[in-house]
Amino acid sequence: MKNESPFITYFSHTVLILFSLACIIPFVLLISASLTDQSALIAHGYSLFPSKFSTLAYDYLFMRGEDIIRAYGVSFFVTIVGTSVGLSLTLLMAYPLSRAETPYRSVILFLVFFSMLFSGGMIPSYLVYSSILGLKNTIWVLIVAGVLTNGYYIMMMRIFLQGSMSKDLIESAQLDGASEYRVFWSIIIPTSTPILAVVGLFTAIFYWNDWQTGMIYITNPKLFSIQNLLQRIMQDIQFIQSNMAANAGEAMAQMPSDTVKMAIAVCGSLPILIAYPFFQKFFIKGIMFGAVKG
Amino acid sequence: MEQSVTVSSSSALQKKQKRKKHFKRYSPLLIMMIPGLLYLLINNYLPMFGIIIAFKDINFSKGIFGSDWAGLKNFEYLFKTSDAFIITRNTILYNVLFLFLGTTLSLSFAIMLNEVRRKLFVRTYQAIISMPHLISWVIISYLVYAFLNPDNGLLNRTILPLFGNDEGIYWYAEAKYWPFILTIVDQWKGIGYGSIVYFAALLGISEEYYEAARIDGASRFQQIMKITLPIVVPVIIMMALLQLGRVFYSDFGLFYQVTLNSGALFDTTATIDTYVFNGLTGSGNLGMSAAAGVYQSVVGFLLVITVNFLVRRKSKESALF
Repeated sequence: MKNESPFITYFSHTVLILFSLACIIPFVLLISASLTDQSALIAHGYSLFPSKFSTLAYDYLFMRGEDIIRAYGVSFFVTIVGTSVGLSLTLLMAYPLSRAETPYRSVILFLVFFSMLFSGGMIPSYLVYSSILGLKNTIWVLIVAGVLTNGYYIMMMRIFLQGSMSKDLIESAQLDGASEYRVFWSIIIPTSTPILAVVGLFTAIFYWNDWQTGMIYITNPKLFSIQNLLQRIMQDIQFIQSNMAANAGEAMAQMPSDTVKMAIAVCGSLPILIAYPFFQKFFIKGIMFGAVKG
Repeated sequence: MEQSVTVSSSSALQKKQKRKKHFKRYSPLLIMMIPGLLYLLINNYLPMFGIIIAFKDINFSKGIFGSDWAGLKNFEYLFKTSDAFIITRNTILYNVLFLFLGTTLSLSFAIMLNEVRRKLFVRTYQAIISMPHLISWVIISYLVYAFLNPDNGLLNRTILPLFGNDEGIYWYAEAKYWPFILTIVDQWKGIGYGSIVYFAALLGISEEYYEAARIDGASRFQQIMKITLPIVVPVIIMMALLQLGRVFYSDFGLFYQVTLNSGALFDTTATIDTYVFNGLTGSGNLGMSAAAGVYQSVVGFLLVITVNFLVRRKSKESALF
């Protein structure tokens, strides 16, 4: 192309490369710290390359790994169950709402919409799940009180379905005697795979990263997700630092050292970072889809 | 006269029957929605009634529903303290700051992505800069801790000594630095995501405009200033306005995790969300926190409605409803 400005192109590359580095470097710092010898870390501080290489932190983790393995188990379970149940709920809401024939459609649309505008907030939700439903300290609360479905997901899917659904196809299938359920199963589900992938991805990321639900409802360490385990470890550091004068020596001895903390953080982010190259295309498409449809 | 009554009543009957038939025919569609509706009822609608807790004098021995009514006392207590002012100010100021900065930076990055013509590069940059958006706030608090840790963090150990400060700074105890720290962390996490959103808007601009401008001899910079910006800025202002409706809700993870919920930072880092949460988990006053929660829900709701009304007057299709 003529008339392109090489200056603007190079400038853009420079800024984007710098910011890309800024996005990567903190993770390099984290990984490097987890692979550094503890005394070297104390002597030289954090650095981009281990000043003295050591896998001791990971050895320690594998030796006393039950907590971490259990936390991984909780996280995977909650993510898989939450995403599959949540996706089903969302699609089962979005599809009838995209059909003009659905009885009471406008009332239900309003209910969905209003749930996006007004919420009781954290404390009333807590009352519902802990006092009324008695779900406190169960693994189910992590799934139910997370986001199984919400107005945004339902609306996003509904818009997609309205755009992609073929009325003729549905009608001709029904003329051939297919029931509504049959239509849903054999026509709607296959045509909505792209949006299922996008919403499913967002839901899965939400569940994997969710620490808030666990913090509110879970006090039993055996039910900690990986995020809650990390959160608890960080809290302990804070607690000990603020009570340093009193009885630091004993408490410090039991605490994971700096490198182990960083190794745990690496373990917490690794699954997502490893999977990212494979799903980044969907992720970016999903963000763009959400943007275009407002 | 009589005849006409029977005729109209029979047509009404017919209509009713028709509706009944329609209902029966399409009831499977309603049945499909039952699980989702039940969930919305439990997760969204039941808690709405729970806001009465803010009007109760909470006494755990009597149970929450058995506690005495307190009228507006919880609200009175809340607004008598300086807390109400601080959390409202912080929530609003941070949101407005993040919104302006975030919109400007994300748009700039989107334009830069648009200038990088090679698709492979665009994709690579997008993948890298949207990565922070994927990471949970807990992990980010560890990343920030690696920088700010008072004993051997990167800033105190490596960077500040370069500027002749060997003593270091107790970051987690000094409130005055946090507006900067939180802004940097928020933008770092959000720019990649935002730039992809705006990049999608830029892709919608027809190539013909640029073609015509090029024929007229406009430079690339002129094209950006005279074509790209005038087309996308109104859209973006609308999007920003809609976000302004959420100005009463803060990104809870940022203010709770990244600050490690350090009490010394209350003045510059407490928001309505962290206040409510601390009330719930026991380090604050439950009655006042419940009042703050209701305050947030109600004012937040009114703001969304108002903003939407204003947006709707300007451009109907940009409005949420």
